[in-house]
Amino acid sequence: MITLRGVTKRYGEQVVLDGLDLDLPDGAVTALMGPNGSGKTTLARLVLGLEEPDAGEIDGLAGRRVVAAFQEDRLCEQLSAVGNVRLVLERTRVAEAATALREAGLDDDALAKPVRELSGGQRRRVALVRALVADADVVVLDEPFKGLDRAAHARLLDVVRERTAGRTVLLITHDAAEAEALGAKVVTLS
Amino acid sequence: MTSTTAGKDSSPSARRRGPARAVRPALVLAFWLLVWQAGAWAVGQDFLLASPVSVTRRLVELVGTAELWGAVGHSLARIGIGFLAAVLAGVATAALAAASRVVDELLAPAMAAVRAAPVVSFIILLLMLPGGSRGLAAVTSFLMVLPIVHTTVLEGIRQRDRGLLEMAAVFRLSRWRRLAAIDVPAVLPYLAAASRVGIGLAWKAGVAAEVIGLPEGSIGERMYEAKLLLLSADVLAWTVVVVALSFATEHLLGALLARGQARLATTPPAEREVAA
Repeated sequence: MITLRGVTKRYGEQVVLDGLDLDLPDGAVTALMGPNGSGKTTLARLVLGLEEPDAGEIDGLAGRRVVAAFQEDRLCEQLSAVGNVRLVLERTRVAEAATALREAGLDDDALAKPVRELSGGQRRRVALVRALVADADVVVLDEPFKGLDRAAHARLLDVVRERTAGRTVLLITHDAAEAEALGAKVVTLS
Repeated sequence: MTSTTAGKDSSPSARRRGPARAVRPALVLAFWLLVWQAGAWAVGQDFLLASPVSVTRRLVELVGTAELWGAVGHSLARIGIGFLAAVLAGVATAALAAASRVVDELLAPAMAAVRAAPVVSFIILLLMLPGGSRGLAAVTSFLMVLPIVHTTVLEGIRQRDRGLLEMAAVFRLSRWRRLAAIDVPAVLPYLAAASRVGIGLAWKAGVAAEVIGLPEGSIGERMYEAKLLLLSADVLAWTVVVVALSFATEHLLGALLARGQARLATTPPAEREVAA
């Protein structure tokens, strides 16, 4: 279990998280909800180790690999969809990367193109698949379905459910139905 | 509903513009050759200002001699070595400066000083060393190019996408994978720009150093001899040679770097096959 106790994070004068206590149970999905600016992404960055808390402690991360689908796609523009996914795999497993991308609904035509030539929805799928196929114990998904149409959303919910089974997931979302579909415990930040 | 058509404009006005645009550079060149020719007629002394015809004739004579090719080989080798060493050193110092603030603070004033100092100061200092004229063109080219590459590449490193660097940290990409996927694609356009500027400067400074230091068998030595004998046609013919070499090396370098950039954007065969 990952535990956050009394976690505080400030940016200058602005207190984004103030003495937060939170448990992320192993092998379960925890959904963080709340208005913009409530500290959801900041909390994700703390769990990812991209920021240090100003006060408080985060335990349970030692020796565990945490990966993320960021709110922005953060793709290497010159690489193909397959290239972006295989970049994070331990070995260069091309077929495995291609299978996962097809599962997420990417056409064969889009697999080998540089991602700068893909649509917003296709790029989002690549970013999500990259996080799902990486060998990791903990997966952070920051608004993973943003910008996807209804059909793609439904399909990717299935892919996420399947690929994160048994892993610890921190989902950041504004959509309660999304959290429910993934069987998440909902935590609301104010 | 409106529609647009992509592709070439085949209207009569475009057809008229096409040939005019193609011959314009030739017309511009012809204009300046005429101005030069008029100047030569006005001066009336070939040793003071040789005409384009005299210079062309002298250039044609030189092209058939071992003298020209020997001098070209001599200067090209030394200036080329200085330029390449500066590119390698500039990339290395930029990487070190990006990694360490102390190194950056130590190198910044040194690079600024090298960039601001008159090239002739370095030439004189080098000539005061025993045998200093031998490596003069190489060292002078190196000193001209190094600060440009260092500063520009350092800027490229600092302008890398922060989001991608965070992604690399989160996914624990190996140093080599990060270098190939993030660092090199981000820095290569900066290196290309610095190299294009640097190669021209390397030729200018390198040949100037040769004219002062007179290393045996160099282009600079030939230009100096022509000046002593008041052979302005020779001076201008050698100048044309230097301009042509600078132009050729700049374009060769540009083509190589463009190929490198294109290669980075090429999907590997294994990925194309899996998508087929």
